[in-house]
Amino acid sequence: MACWLELQGLGLTEGAVRILADVDLKLGAGRTALLGPNGAGKSTLLRLMHGLLHPSAGRIVWSQPLTQAMVFQRPIMLRASVLANIEYGLDLRGVPAADRHVRARTALERVGLPELAGRQARKLSGGEQQRVALARAWALEPQVLFLDEPTASLDPASSREVERIIREIAAGGTKIVMTTHNLGQAHRIAEEVVYLEEGRLLEQTPADEFFGQPRTSAARNFIHDERY
Amino acid sequence: MNDLSASLALAGDLVAAGDAKLAAIVWLSLKVSLSATALSCVLGMPLGALLSVGRFPGRRPLIVLFNGLMGLPPVVVGLLVYLLLSRAGPLGQFGLLFTPSAMIIAQTVLITPIIAALTRQVIEDEWREYREQLRSLGASRARAGRTLLWNARFSLTTAGLAGFGRAVAEVGAVMIVGGNIDGVTRVMTTTIALETSKGDLPLALALGAILIAVVLIINAGAYLLRQWAERRWG
Repeated sequence: MACWLELQGLGLTEGAVRILADVDLKLGAGRTALLGPNGAGKSTLLRLMHGLLHPSAGRIVWSQPLTQAMVFQRPIMLRASVLANIEYGLDLRGVPAADRHVRARTALERVGLPELAGRQARKLSGGEQQRVALARAWALEPQVLFLDEPTASLDPASSREVERIIREIAAGGTKIVMTTHNLGQAHRIAEEVVYLEEGRLLEQTPADEFFGQPRTSAARNFIHDERY
Repeated sequence: MNDLSASLALAGDLVAAGDAKLAAIVWLSLKVSLSATALSCVLGMPLGALLSVGRFPGRRPLIVLFNGLMGLPPVVVGLLVYLLLSRAGPLGQFGLLFTPSAMIIAQTVLITPIIAALTRQVIEDEWREYREQLRSLGASRARAGRTLLWNARFSLTTAGLAGFGRAVAEVGAVMIVGGNIDGVTRVMTTTIALETSKGDLPLALALGAILIAVVLIINAGAYLLRQWAERRWG
C-alpha cells in the first residue's frame, strides 16, 4: 500500500497543555480507524490532518494533493432545505449551478433520503441529519473522507445505516479516516487501526491483528475495558 | 387630573378624526426612522459580521468601541452631524441641514453602532457553531460571514428592531439637525417636546400614544415572525 499521507513528529500544544506529541505516522490503507480513550487526541489528530488545526510542531506531508471532506459528530445544518445544504458545499467548490442540483439529488438518493430533499434540514432527526451530512460530504466526491465519531450520538438503527453509507463511500475509492468509540464498528469498517493514548501514538496495526492480538498492553487493556 | 382626562379625550378625537397634520407628522417620523434603520442594517450588519468572523489587527478595540457607541447620546450625534452639514462644514455644500435627509443621516449615525454590535453578538454565536463545518467545506471568511448573516436572518430582526426603536424614540438628534420646522421636519418626538412646552397636551398625548402603539406593533410583528421562522426552520 502506497503511503498517501505522512505525519512527521506532529505535535500540538495549547497553552501549557500538550494535546499531541511526536506523532509519526504513514497512512497507506484505504480505511483507517483512530482508536483510544477519551482525551487521547484522536479528534485533534483528525482535525490536524484535515487542516482545521495547525500543528505547533512537525509536518504533514501529502504524497499528492487529495480533495477532502469531513463529517463531524454533531451534524451542523444551515437553516435551509436539505437539498440547499448539500448544494451549498458544491457551490463552495465551484460546481456550476446546473450540476449542483443533480449531484445533490444523487447524493441524497445514495444515503436513502431522496424524499427529504425539500424538508428543512434542522427539523430532521439526529440520524437523518447525520445522513444528510454524509450526503453533503459524498456529493463533493472527496478522495479522503474524515469522520469524527459519526455515530456517537445516534441510535443503533441510524448507526447501522451510517456504517452502510461509510462502507459504500469507501467502496467508491474514497479513503476513510475515522475516530470511533465503537470497537465493533471499527472492526467492521477499518483495515488498519491507529491506537493513541494521552496524545501519543502507541501502535499502528492491521485491524484483524489489532482486535485479535494488539501489540501494546495499553491497547489490550483498552479493548478489554471497552468490551466488558 | 381633569386636565389629563380632557386632554386624553381630545387626543382620542384627533386620532379618530384622522387629523391631517397629525398624519403628516406620523408619516414623516416613520419615513425618517425606517430609512435610517434600513441604511443602518445595510452598513451595520456586514460590519457586525466582519467583527465576529474577520481576523484583522484592531478587531478587539473595534468591538469595544462599537459596544460603547451603542450608548451614544442623541444630542451629541445631532451636534456632530449639525457641524458636518452646516454651511461651513465639510458637507455644507449639499444644503442638507434642516431637511429630512439630515435627520436620516443623524439617526443612521446613532443606530448603526447598535445594529453592528448586536449583529456581532448573534454572528459570533453562529460562528462558534458553524465554524468548523464551514471551514471544512472550504468557505472563506468573507463567504462564511455572508452565509451566517443569511442563516441568522430571523435573529437579526431583533437587531434591526432595537435600532428602529432607538431611532423613532429619540428627540435630541432630529431636533438639532431637523430644526423641528412645521410641515417640513417635524416628527413625533419633536412635536411632543414642543407641544408639551407650549401646553398643548392633547396633540402631545395623541402623538405619544401613537408612538407607543407603533413601537408595540412593530415589536409584536417581529416576535411573531421569529416564532414562525423558528417553527419552520428550526
